[in-house]
Order: sequence, then C-alpha cells, then structure tokens
Amino acid sequence: MSGRRIFARPARFAAMAPYVWMVLFFLVPFGFVLKISLSQTAIAQPPYEPVFDLTAGWEALKAAFAALSIDNFRLLVSDDLYVFAYVRSLTVAFAATALLLLIGYPIAYGMARLPKRWQAVAMVLVIVPFWTSFLIRIYAWINILQHDGLLNQILLALHLVSQPVVWLSTDTAMYIGIVYSYLPFMILPLYATLAKMEPVLEEAASDLGAPPWQVFWLITFPLSLPGVGAGVLLCFIPIVGEFVIPDLLAGSNSLMIGQTLWLEFFTNKDWPVASAAAIVLLVVLLVPLLLYERLQKRQLEQGR
Amino acid sequence: MTDELPRTDAAANAVGADAYPAAGQPLLRIEGVAKTFGTFRAVDGVSLDIKAGEFFALLGPSGCGKTTLLRMLAGFEAPDEGRILLGGKDIAQALPHERPINMMFQNYALFPHLSVRDNIAFGLKRARLARAEIATRVAEMVALVKLEGLEKRKPDQLSGGQRQRVALARALARRPQLLLLDEPLAALDKKLRENTQGELMELQRRLGMTFIIVTHDQEEAMTMASRIGVMKAGKLAQVASPRELYEAPRSRWIAEFVGDINLFEAESKLRDGHRLIIGTSGAGALVVAEPREPVGAGKLSVAIRPEKVKLSRRGPVSEAGHETALNRLDGVIADICYLGGTTTYKVKLDTGGMVQASVANSARLDVDAYSLNQHVVAWFTPDDCVVLTS
Repeated sequence: MSGRRIFARPARFAAMAPYVWMVLFFLVPFGFVLKISLSQTAIAQPPYEPVFDLTAGWEALKAAFAALSIDNFRLLVSDDLYVFAYVRSLTVAFAATALLLLIGYPIAYGMARLPKRWQAVAMVLVIVPFWTSFLIRIYAWINILQHDGLLNQILLALHLVSQPVVWLSTDTAMYIGIVYSYLPFMILPLYATLAKMEPVLEEAASDLGAPPWQVFWLITFPLSLPGVGAGVLLCFIPIVGEFVIPDLLAGSNSLMIGQTLWLEFFTNKDWPVASAAAIVLLVVLLVPLLLYERLQKRQLEQGR
Repeated sequence: MTDELPRTDAAANAVGADAYPAAGQPLLRIEGVAKTFGTFRAVDGVSLDIKAGEFFALLGPSGCGKTTLLRMLAGFEAPDEGRILLGGKDIAQALPHERPINMMFQNYALFPHLSVRDNIAFGLKRARLARAEIATRVAEMVALVKLEGLEKRKPDQLSGGQRQRVALARALARRPQLLLLDEPLAALDKKLRENTQGELMELQRRLGMTFIIVTHDQEEAMTMASRIGVMKAGKLAQVASPRELYEAPRSRWIAEFVGDINLFEAESKLRDGHRLIIGTSGAGALVVAEPREPVGAGKLSVAIRPEKVKLSRRGPVSEAGHETALNRLDGVIADICYLGGTTTYKVKLDTGGMVQASVANSARLDVDAYSLNQHVVAWFTPDDCVVLTS
C-alpha cells in the first residue's frame, strides 16, 4: 500500500471542510431567507405564509410553492423609502471608504517604512482597539461628541468656537464613527502589500529621474493596488450594511439599509420584506466582489 | 558654461549634461567622504578620482563599505563628511533624481508592473523627451542589448540573463555621464557571467561611458576594470591597475585577498647591494629584490604567487650564472590538486614551511607530472618575490 493513499484521505476531508461550512452556515440559511422573502406576511407564528410542512403531503407542498411570489421585491423597487435607503447606504459607503483610503494609506505607508522592530509595535497599536468591545467604543464616541462632551470642551477651551457645536446625530458624527471603526481593516491589507514591496524599486525610480511624487504615483501606488482592493472591499461591504454606527451616531431623518432592515424586521414584524431587502443587499454587494475577482484574475494572467 | 570643450558622444547627449569636465580633469572626484551608521563607520575618509571613460572597479569583501560608497554616488545616502564633485560641481547633497548618474541594481530592481519597453522608457519619460525620441531611444537600447521581440514582456516572463539586459538598457537609456553597477553579474550562472563580462566591456568601450562597478569577485574586477580600488573596513587600501594590484600588492591583506599567495614571515633582514636577504621562519633565507619604496620597521613577510614558483627534479641547473640569484628550496610533494589547465602542488619544505606551486599542464600526457612524496626543488627569482608589511 502506498504512503500517498494513507495521507490522501484526511487531506481530502480537510479540503472539504470550508465547503461543508459554507453549505451549513451560508447556503442553507440563505435558502431560508430566500423562501421567506417570497412569502407574505401573516399574523401567525412564524409571521409569514405559506409554511412548508413536509408531513402534510405532496399536494399541500405544491400549493405552498404556488403561493410564493415576488411581490416583496416589487415593493422594494417601487417604494422610494427602500430605494433611498439603498442609495444612501451606497453613498455613505463610497464616501467613508474614500476617507478611509485617504487616511489609511499614509498610515500604512509610514508603518511599512518604520524600522522592523517598530513595525511590530505599530501593528499592535492598530489592533489594540479590538480588545475593547465595539459597542463600548461607539458609546465612548457618543460621550466625546455630545453637547458638553470632550470635543466641544477642547474646542471651547482653545477658543476655536464660541458655543458648543452640534456633533451628535449628524452625518459628521456617523463618518467619524465609521472611519474610526474600520480604519484597521483598511490599514492592515495596505500595510501587508506595502511592507512586502522592495524599497529598491522606489530607489530605482528616483535614480531614473523621478521626483518623489512621481515615484509614488508611478511605482508605489500601482504596486500596492492589490492591498488597496482588499482594503476597499473589506471596508465597503460591511459599511453598506452597517447598522449600529448610523443608528447611534447619525440623525434619524434618513436611514441606511441596515436600519431599514431592522425596522421592518423588529418594529413592523414584516419578515418577508426584510428578507427581500437583505437579498437585494447581497446581490448589490456581489457586484464589487465579482469585479474585484475579475481584476485579480486578469492581473494573475498578465503576470504569467 | 563649458561650451568649447571636447565631449564624448555619450556625455554630449546625456540628460542634463551641463558639467562635463575639461580634458585631463577627472569626471568624478571623491574628497574625504565618510559615512557613519550609528556607531559603525561604513565609509571612512575615501578620496578617489575617476577619469572620464574609465572602467573602475570597487573591490572588497562584504561589509567593506563599497556599496555604501556607491549609494552615496547615486544619491541614496548623503555623506556625513567630504565632497563628491561631478564635473567640478559638488553633488554630495543632491537628490538621486537630480544627478546625471544612473545605476544598475544588484537584483536589477525592474518594475514588475511595467513591460520591458516601459521599464527602459521610464527614465526617458521622466526627462520629458518627445514621444518619437523616446521610441527611437528605446528601440536603440533594445537592439543594443539584443532584446528584440521581448518588448511587451513583463519582467517575470524573462530569464535571469534577459532581466539583466533590461536592467542594463534601462540604466543606459538616459545616457548618463556615469554608470554605477552594483554586483551586476552576481545573479547569473558562471558561463553566462563570463559572456556578459565581455559584453559589458565591449559596450563600455563602444559608448565611451564611465563605469564604476562594485564587486566582491576579484576575478570579475580583474577581467573587466582598467583600474581597481580595493576597500577594507571603509578605507581604500590600494588603487591600482589589475596587474599592479596582483604583482605589487601594497599590503599583506591585499596580497591574500587578490588571488593565491605563499607568505613567509621574516625574522631577519640583511642588505646585499640591490638585494635583501631575508631570513624566514618557513623557507630559510630568501633573496629578494629591493622594493621600490623603502620597507619600514614593521613586521615583514615575503610573498610569492604560486605560478611564479617553478618545480624541477634536480633544481635549475641549465641557466648558468643565475644560480647565485636563485631561491632554491628542497622539499617533497605533499598534496596535488589537478585543476585542468594547471595543477597546484603543495611542497613540504625541508626547512619546515609549505610552498604552493601552480604548474601549467602544457603537455597532454602526464610525463612531466610529479607524484606524491617525490623529492623536488621549488625555485624562484628574487624579482618574483614581494616584500610586504602587515
């Protein structure tokens, strides 16, 4: 018996693990949500119909399938409330991701150029906020941004403003919260690509007559694009569906899709519409993901 | 500024060539340059003149400061002390992109996201040359380094030798006044390295450019350079032609660093006309020609290259009249190392020492070869010996 056979079996089993995981914890729940999104709301337990009852026989199951409809999706497209929520989510995510890139890139670049032992320290400093619960950190921001909070006290003390500024319940507060929370997700992938890059390439560019800004735009930035892509996706996708930060820091006059979902699900008890909204969100988020995937594939093919 | 002065083709067309030296003046003058990293003095007061059109090699073991010196010429490090004059202008503090100097990097540092063509054109675009001019120059460079047909490839689609050519073309494209080469052949295998050495020399002659190469490989430096500067611990130990470096090393360290050598410690010294008779610990009394520069009072040693040591079965009897001037050492063959073109014999001398002799295998059949434990006479003339101070 060959040695290869002995090892092949557990290896194959291990290779299957991620697929099993995906089926159990993503595909199956997704099937449930998809089914609910095609149902109608009802005052019942569960609060929708039809309900598939496998014990009721073939005819009942067929009737249940016939009762499914795409009415909820029609509602999402026709009602401004939902359309606006999607548009706002995407706008907020775009703007916040752009801000994150603008702030995160110089930090990541600076980290990558530190002496080796200081890089580890900087890394810890970036990760350390995760040791505190996310919710506590957002509540801390409420404290800082409120009427007599730390920020206003400092501004008043420095005579930069003559009376307290309203921060809380504004988009500014929300952006502060989002940028603060997601910064590590932008910095870490950027840092990883920038630290891997050979500094000698930048030297070669400047040796060939490129002033520092050209070295950056022609060499450093293009070579860090994989990190930029990863950081942007890692921030953009969760920000689109963000619920806690806009709910706690932004005003209540315009909602993001995450907040709308919450409203439908918990306040209106309309599970089918909430499910439909979630499915549409997923489809919307698939677009940038697929784009990124194609871009990476093309880069790989070019590299070969 | 200096309009009527003769210029080489390369310099006349160089990007930003406004400071070419007058005839006879050095192109590059390094004056008392020093660089310290923390407490480590990497370059310790180096002064050196490089003439236009020279192929100069900086040779030394790793950590001797040769790369730091080169990086200061390129502008990646600023010297703590001293001046670097290029065509009379101090460039010590100028930024890399402001210098009419280009460098070929050790591992080539090709831009992985750019094609061969764009890599070569990179420096030309930075010089804001016209599109058509860039296209002709790139084509010229591609032809020069024989890369036709590969212009659209990315660096990772090229072999090591091809990458080396791209790096060279990219560095030459701007027609720099001075080309720096940092271990340019270290990544190539032996055969390719030897071919490339010849090509580089030929190219340098044809373009009339000034090359400074950094290498730790003494054979490479000897083959290519017209002048070699040997560095040790941040200082220039000797600057000389390859021949002078090999035949008249200035110190024991240089003699041992460049090529193989037999060394005998001196114990006593006697003057005899134009000759010195030096008593050594391993080889008894040796007659040596008096060195041009008077030897100091320090510890002396007598050095002789293995190929200058001749072997014979009974000693040099044929050339009458020379016997008195000869150093004859009796011994037995202790070790034989056959190297193809030559054979190196180690001879255990009756006086206790060991001497290495490198003998050319001028006949195909081994009738002349010596065998182990055979009695031989190792002999050499006074002129073949060098007296060294440590």
